[in-house]
Amino acid sequence: MTEPLLRIRDLRTYFVTDRGSGTARAVDGVSLDLYPGETLGVVGESGCGKTVLSLSILRLVPEPPGHIRPGSLIEFEGRNLLTLTPRDLRAVRGNRIAMIFQEPMTSLNPVLTIGDQVAEAAIVHQRLSRAGARIRAIELLRQVGIPEPEERADHYPHQLSGGMRQRVMIAMALICHPQILIADEPTTALDVTIQAQILELLERLQRELGMAVLLITHDLGVVAGTTDRVVVMYAGQVVETASTRELFARPQHPYTEGLMESIPRLDRPRARLHSIPGSVPAATAWPPGCRFHPRCPYAWDKCRTDEPPLLETGTAGHTARCWLVTEPARRTGEAAR
Amino acid sequence: MTAPPPLVDVQDLVKHYPGERSWLGLGRPRAAVRAVDGVSFTIPAGTTLGLVGESGSGKTTVARTLLRLTEPSSGSFQLDGVDVFSLAAGPLRRLRRRIQIVFQDPYSSLNPRMTVRQTLREPLAIHALAPKPQRDARVGALLDEVGLDPELADRYPHELSGGQRQRVGIARALSVEPAFLVCDEPVSALDVSVQAQVLNLLADLQQKRRLTYLFIAHDLAVVKHIADQVAVMYLGRIVERAPAARVYEQPRHPYTRSLLSAVPVPDPAATAQRIVLPGDVPSPAHPPSGCAFHPRCPHPLKNDRCRTERPALREVAPGQVAACHFAEQPM
Repeated sequence: MTEPLLRIRDLRTYFVTDRGSGTARAVDGVSLDLYPGETLGVVGESGCGKTVLSLSILRLVPEPPGHIRPGSLIEFEGRNLLTLTPRDLRAVRGNRIAMIFQEPMTSLNPVLTIGDQVAEAAIVHQRLSRAGARIRAIELLRQVGIPEPEERADHYPHQLSGGMRQRVMIAMALICHPQILIADEPTTALDVTIQAQILELLERLQRELGMAVLLITHDLGVVAGTTDRVVVMYAGQVVETASTRELFARPQHPYTEGLMESIPRLDRPRARLHSIPGSVPAATAWPPGCRFHPRCPYAWDKCRTDEPPLLETGTAGHTARCWLVTEPARRTGEAAR
Repeated sequence: MTAPPPLVDVQDLVKHYPGERSWLGLGRPRAAVRAVDGVSFTIPAGTTLGLVGESGSGKTTVARTLLRLTEPSSGSFQLDGVDVFSLAAGPLRRLRRRIQIVFQDPYSSLNPRMTVRQTLREPLAIHALAPKPQRDARVGALLDEVGLDPELADRYPHELSGGQRQRVGIARALSVEPAFLVCDEPVSALDVSVQAQVLNLLADLQQKRRLTYLFIAHDLAVVKHIADQVAVMYLGRIVERAPAARVYEQPRHPYTRSLLSAVPVPDPAATAQRIVLPGDVPSPAHPPSGCAFHPRCPHPLKNDRCRTERPALREVAPGQVAACHFAEQPM
């Protein structure tokens, strides 16, 4: 296989909470690889650490209260992003690695026209003149499907719909031809017909520009349709990773399995939904042993005391943080019901 | 045998917001916003109508007018034979016992300075439903019914998880023993595993208490798991309404069809063609002429008639109504 474009090893991002309830271990030892040109999905529910992971890559975690622990590694183009000087980091951020966020309204500056905002990165990183950057911005706005981009460039964010704002965000992110696009829940705030437009747009742009995409989402439906590989997160850790087809065909971690069964689906008859009992524990007090054991239908003594590592499942590239991999006989149909 | 009259009967519901005048009230008035523009439906007792639409379709305005949290412009709403829209303040307050609402965001709809116990005792006191000494027992029973540990009674909303808060919101609505529950996107803000818990809870409560639901959502997959009938709204109007199975298996309106195809299916092997609609939902202040959906409509037979003549909502199959000139030739 080719060399990964981005290598994350044992990333730990902790937050010191103000009310003395201890340290929140939001991202707690995450390792993953992102390969050139692929779309890697990072899936999990609120509180699993997926957003903190994405913010950590570009060092956008507010410090304090957050801090990235020594020993963490985020390697891009042979350098550890975590030890770059602010100046070197700025040359990467928004240029080689760009990011789009969930809420385009709060991520756009309300008092600047969208043309100026899209052009800004080209002026800063590519040293284009104002006029040259504007031409480039209009080109990008057209590429992301904004009608009449020449006029639209002079509009302000509040004059656009939610879907159009997200297109502007994408144009801003792509103007410097990044090698990596981090998309944090890019369609969550959008209506389903607009979500379909944006997902199609991202797919097309990725094909055209050949960049790698790290897609952070809670929606397994979005993951199934758009990603090549998936990383499932729970309680600050990676609990399962596999190719998308393999993950959906043979989920190994009980959490992945529970998530998949609890999705309301159009392609299944009306039936009572499966649900995972309980809720995600607090990041200040992850359970001992396997962090999923209090909610797991298969848990036995070992799970309560010994924390499982990511174990090879036997299929290439498929790992799961679950002792069931070593004792598959314990996965009985009855226990799950 | 004739069917019993429906518990909920809404006819020709309209809510227009008058256009504001620009220039400090001196300029020309802007166009009125026709948030809800002639919506009719009935819901038999003990069943669920799923009301689906995208932002701006008017579904939340329908919910608010039924509770008279927003006064309707015109139309009628009979609840078990009582004309809700003509009630004076006093009888309306008494009637609110029979209609309750569960909101989308349980955090902003619970008072942050009241404990769960205080929140649940308040409706009991207002409607004089239980003598004081019995109220705590009722609170405990309610919490138990919605699957919460009665120990949580003395917690504040910020100490609860999203799913727990939504359960408190449901317990509060149930405390006055309503017949009709309006659920306005009750699970949209919840994580998928918790969403399943709350959907199952709503289904159990309906069975146990024979509740009637108006279940509002933007997600057709969620609605599929709870609704007996489904109505799809677009720009203030219902464009299709039918028994749930018909909507999912044989949608007649191209908008319903497109909505269904846009829901991401959690199966990488799924091959179904996704219909990607062009453009955005138009503003309800300036709805397109003719069929309001025509600028985005992917139907191959679309023609001039769609641009000029608004299609009536008409029966196209037993129990299935759709507002499309080509409902007989669905896509």
